[in-house]
Amino acid sequence: MDALIPHLPVLLVLTPLFGGLLAALMPRRGPAPWMWSLLVTAFEVVLALWMVKQVQRSPQETITYLIGWWPAEYGIAYVIDALNAYVILVVALLAFVSTLYAKSSVEDEIPKDRHNFFYSIWLLAICGMVGICATADTFNIYVLLEISSLTVYTLIAMGKYRDRRALTASLKYLVLGSIGATFILLGIGYLLMLTGTLNMPDMHEQLMLMKAKGTLEGNRTVLVGFAFITVGLGLKMAMWPLHLWLPNAYTFAPSAVSALVASTATKVGVYMAFRFIFTLFGTVYDSSATLALMAFCGTLGIIVSSIRAAQANNVKKILAYSSVGQLGYIVVGFSMANESGVAASVIHILNHAVTKGAMFMACGAVVLRMGNADLKSFYGLGRRMPATMAAFTVGGLGLIGMPLTSGFISKFYLVSGALHDGQWWLALVVLAGSLISIVYVWRVIEVIYFKKTDKRAPVAEAPFTMLIAMWILVSASVVLGVDAELTGRLAEFAARALIGGAS
Amino acid sequence: MIEPSPVLAIAIPLVGGALVVAAGARRNLREAVTLLTSGILFATVLALIPAALAGPSPTTEVLHVLPEIPLAFHVEPLGMIYALIASGLWILNSVYSIGYMRANREAHQTRFYLCFALSIASVMGIAFSANMLTLFMCYEVLSLVTYPLVTHKAPKVAAIRAGRTYLGILVSASVLLMLPAMVGTWMYTGTLDFVHGGVFGEALERGSVPPWLFGFIFFLFMYGIAKAALMPFHRWLPAAMVAPTPVSALLHAVAVVKAGVFSVCKISTYLIGVDKLAEYGQGGWLLYAAGISVIAASLIALFQDNLKRRLAYSTVSQLSYITMGAAMLNPLGMMAAAMHIAAHAFGKITLFFAAGSIYTAAHKTKVSELDGIGRRMPFTMGAFTVGCLSMIGLPPTVGFVSKWMLLGAAWTAEQYFAIGVLVVSTLLNAAYFLPIVYRAFFRPPPSPGTTGEPRHGEAPWPIVVAVTGTALCAATLFFYPSVFAELALALMKGMPT
Amino acid sequence: MASFGLFNYWIAVAIMMVGFYGVIAKRNLVKQVISLGLFQTGVFLFYITMSVYHAPDGTPGRAPVWQAIQGGLAKDPGPYDNPLPHVLMLTAIVVGVSTLSVALAIIMNIKRLYGTVEADEISEIEDAIDHREELTSR
Repeated sequence: MDALIPHLPVLLVLTPLFGGLLAALMPRRGPAPWMWSLLVTAFEVVLALWMVKQVQRSPQETITYLIGWWPAEYGIAYVIDALNAYVILVVALLAFVSTLYAKSSVEDEIPKDRHNFFYSIWLLAICGMVGICATADTFNIYVLLEISSLTVYTLIAMGKYRDRRALTASLKYLVLGSIGATFILLGIGYLLMLTGTLNMPDMHEQLMLMKAKGTLEGNRTVLVGFAFITVGLGLKMAMWPLHLWLPNAYTFAPSAVSALVASTATKVGVYMAFRFIFTLFGTVYDSSATLALMAFCGTLGIIVSSIRAAQANNVKKILAYSSVGQLGYIVVGFSMANESGVAASVIHILNHAVTKGAMFMACGAVVLRMGNADLKSFYGLGRRMPATMAAFTVGGLGLIGMPLTSGFISKFYLVSGALHDGQWWLALVVLAGSLISIVYVWRVIEVIYFKKTDKRAPVAEAPFTMLIAMWILVSASVVLGVDAELTGRLAEFAARALIGGAS
Repeated sequence: MIEPSPVLAIAIPLVGGALVVAAGARRNLREAVTLLTSGILFATVLALIPAALAGPSPTTEVLHVLPEIPLAFHVEPLGMIYALIASGLWILNSVYSIGYMRANREAHQTRFYLCFALSIASVMGIAFSANMLTLFMCYEVLSLVTYPLVTHKAPKVAAIRAGRTYLGILVSASVLLMLPAMVGTWMYTGTLDFVHGGVFGEALERGSVPPWLFGFIFFLFMYGIAKAALMPFHRWLPAAMVAPTPVSALLHAVAVVKAGVFSVCKISTYLIGVDKLAEYGQGGWLLYAAGISVIAASLIALFQDNLKRRLAYSTVSQLSYITMGAAMLNPLGMMAAAMHIAAHAFGKITLFFAAGSIYTAAHKTKVSELDGIGRRMPFTMGAFTVGCLSMIGLPPTVGFVSKWMLLGAAWTAEQYFAIGVLVVSTLLNAAYFLPIVYRAFFRPPPSPGTTGEPRHGEAPWPIVVAVTGTALCAATLFFYPSVFAELALALMKGMPT
Repeated sequence: MASFGLFNYWIAVAIMMVGFYGVIAKRNLVKQVISLGLFQTGVFLFYITMSVYHAPDGTPGRAPVWQAIQGGLAKDPGPYDNPLPHVLMLTAIVVGVSTLSVALAIIMNIKRLYGTVEADEISEIEDAIDHREELTSR
C-alpha cells in the first residue's frame, strides 16, 4: 500500500473520474450504480484522510506530484498543502454523505432507466471539484472547473422531471457559468503572456522577479488579468451581485443535487479565490482596493440576500438565498486579509457546507414526501416527520450562528477579524445579517411546529438512508460547534499560510 | 461517591430531562422524576457552598470550544447565590407545576417538563461559568430552550407573536451587542476568563484600550444583556407572560431575568471590573439608565389591569434595582445587588404563584376582578400579601434587608439620585401592590348570584403548598439571611477596593 | 501606430465583445448559446495570437513541428511560435464543444416542455407559474 502514497494527489482525482466512467456502464436499473458511487466516494474519503495524514506529517512542506514527471513549468503539477488537503477532505466527506442520501431521492425524482447516467455525472462532478483543489496548474484549473460545471449543469437540468423550471435555471447557470469560466481563461491568458508559465507557484515567482526588477510598476497586463479572474471567480462562487444563477438552480435541482452542490460547489469557488488572490497575487500586487470592493459586495450580499430569503415562499429558495448570504460571510472574511478573518472564511467553508447540506437534505426529504418544498408543505411537519424537522431546526440554528452549533464558531472568528482592524461597522453588518437570518429561519420553524398539519400530509418519516445522512451532518455541525479545537487550529494554520504569502 | 462539582450540577438536570422524555406519558413517573431531579440538584448545589465561600474554585475545563477558549466552569459566591435560588425554587416550582398543569389540563406536558429541565441546566451553566464564552453560550441556550415554554399555548396567535418578541429581542440584543463586546474583550485583552477586578487592567494601563473604548464595551455588555430588562429592552418580559404561570414564576421572575442581572453583576465584577470603571470614569450613566428604568416601569405597572402584566412590569423595575446596585461601582453596591437577586426571587415567585393560583381556582386574570377573593383563598392571598411586602421592602420580609443594603450603599457612595429613586419607587411599589391586597381582603365579594361568577375555594393542594412555602421563605430570610449574606460578603471581600 | 500593430488582438477582442453582446442582448436561447460560442472563440484567438513570435530581426516564427520536419532536431530551429497556447486551445475547444452540446440538449428539452425557445415567452410562462404558487401559498 505504501507504494501508493506518492501517487495520492492524482489518485484523488482519478478515483471519481474512472468511477464515474464505469458507473455509466452499470446496469441501468436497480441499486448497482448507487452502490458503486457509494463505494467510490467512500474510497475517496479514505484517500482524502490518508492525504491529510501525509500533510500533517510535515505541515510546513507541500507535497508536489508531477504528472508524467514533466517538470512543473511544462507539465501539470498537483500541489497539496494543509489548506487544500482540508478542502479536499471536506468535499470528499460531503460527497460521500450526499451519495448516501441520494438513494431515495434519486429513485423518486429520476426515471428508473437513467440512474447509471445520473451517478456517472454525479461522480464526474465530484472529480472536477476535487481536481480544482488538487491542481496547481492554472489551465488545469480551468479544465477541471469546466468538468465540474458542465456536470453540475446537467445534474441541475435533471430536475426537469419534477419541475420544468429546472431547465431554464440550468441554462441560465450554464450561460453565466461559461462567461465566468471564459473570463478566468482570459485572465489566465494574460498571466501566461506575462510570465510564460501556467504553474501557480512558478507564476508567482516570475511575478516576484519582475516586481524586484521594477517592470511590474504600472503594468496593466497583470491588472487586467487580475480583474478578469476576480470577476470570473465572483460568478463561479456566486458572490453578490453575480449570484443571479444560484437561487433558481438550487431551488429546482433534484434534492440530492441541491445538497451536494450547495455544500461543495461554491466552496470550491472560494478555494480558487484564496489561491488566486493570496497565493498568486498576494505579494505581487496590492489588492487592497479589490478586497475592499469584495468586502462591500459581501456585506451587501449578506443583507440583501437575507432579506430576499425572508421574503421567499419556497423553503428551497429560502435556503438558496441564504447560501448567497452565507457566501457573503466567507467573502467578507477573506476580504479582511487578516488572520482571524481568513480563518473565519476557511472554517466557514466547512461549517456552512455541513449546515446547509443538512438543511437541503431535510428539505429534500419533504420534497420526497410532500411533492414540493413550498412553505405550505411544511405545515405541522414537526409532528409528522420529527427527526427530519429536528435536523432542519438544528441546521437553522447553525445558520443563525447560535452557540453550540458550528455557525457560532465562524461568527466568532469573523467578528474578531473585523475588530482586529477596528472595523466595528463590518462586525455590526455581519451580525445584523445574522439577525435577518433569524427571521427567515424562524418563519419556517414556526410553520413546522405551530401550524395545523395538512390532512393530506403523509405520516411517514424520511427513509432511513436520508435520515442517517442528514444526521451525520447535523451532529457534525454540533460537534464542530462545541469543540473547534481541531478545525480552529487547522483554519488558523491555513490562514497563516495564505496571509504569509501576502505580507 | 461522586464529588459535587459544577459540571455535575449541569449534568443532573440534563439527565433528568432525558428521563422525563423516557417516562413520557406516564405522568406520575414523569413528575416524580422531575421532583427527584430537582431535589438531587438542590443537594448538589448546597454541597458546593463551602467551596463558594472559599472564593472562586479552580476551573474545570470541559471542551475546547475555540482553540484558546474552553468551555469552563468554577464556583464563586455570586454564582452560588444564583444557583442556590434557582435550584431551590425549582423544587417548589415543580410541586406547583404539577398542581397547575394538571388542574388546567395543559397540553404537551412532557415537552414542558423537558424544557424546564433544560432551562435549569443552562441556568446552572450560567451560574457556574468560568469565562465569558461559557456564559454567553449558556445564556443563548437559555433563550432557546425557554422559547417552547413561552409559546406553549401555540397555535394561539398571541403565543406565537409573544414568542417572536421574546426571541427577537433577547437574541438580537445578545448577538448585536453582547457578542461584539465579548469578541472585543477577547481581541483587546486576549482572555475571557472571569477574574476578580476584571481583565482590562493591563490593557488600560498600556493604553492599548483607550478609556472610551473600555466604556463602550461596558455599554455594549449592559444593553446586550436584554435579560436584565433594562429599558428599552424590556418588552420581551411582559410578552412572555402568555406562558403558563409556572414558567412565568420560575423563569420570568427568577431564572431567566436573574440570568440577566446575574450576568450584569458577574461581567461588571469579573470581566470589566467596577473599580476600573470608577478609576477611568466610565459607566456612570448606568446608574441613571437603571434609575429611569425603575421609575418608568413602576409607573407603567400602576396602570396594568392584567395581574401578570403588572407583576411583569414590577419585575422590570426590580431588576433595575439590581443593575443600579451594580452601577454604584463599589463593592457595597455589588453586595446589595447580589442580596437583592435573592430577595426579589422569593418575593416575586410568591406573587406569580398566587396569580397562577387565582387563575386555576377562579379563572381570573385581572386586578379589577379580585374583589373579596381573600376570603375564599386565604392562603393564596396571605402569601400574596407577604410577597407584596417584600416587593415594597417592608419588614418582616427579605425585601427589606436588600433594600436597606441598597440604600446603605447609595448613601456610602453619596449617590443621591439613587436614594431618590429608591424612595420614589418604594412609594410607587406600594401604590400598585397595596390596592390589590385591599381589594382582596376589604372589598365585599361580588354577590353569588352574579352571572359568570364561578364558585370556588382554594386552588389544588400542590399549588397552595408551593405558594405558602415561598412566602414562608421570604419571611424566614428576613430573620436568617445568613447564607445569602455570607455569600454576598464573600463576594465583596474578594473585590479590590 | 503601436496600437494598430496589435490589430490581431483588436480582432480577438472584437469577436469576444460581439459574442458577449449577443449573450446579453439576444432573447432567443439558441442565439444566446451561439453568441456564447463566439465569445469563447474570441478567447481562443487571443491565445493563438499571443503565441506568435517574431525574432528581433523581424523573421516571423514558424510552427515548431514544421521546423523539425525541415531540418531535424539537431539543427538550430530558428525562430518558432510558442506551441503551448495552441495545445491549450485544443483542450479549450473541446470544452467549448461540450458546453455547446449540453446547452443545446437543455434547449431541446426546453422546447419540448415550454413549446418555445424565446426567453421572453418562457419568462411569461414562468411568471404565471410563480403567480399561481403565490396564490396557493397564502
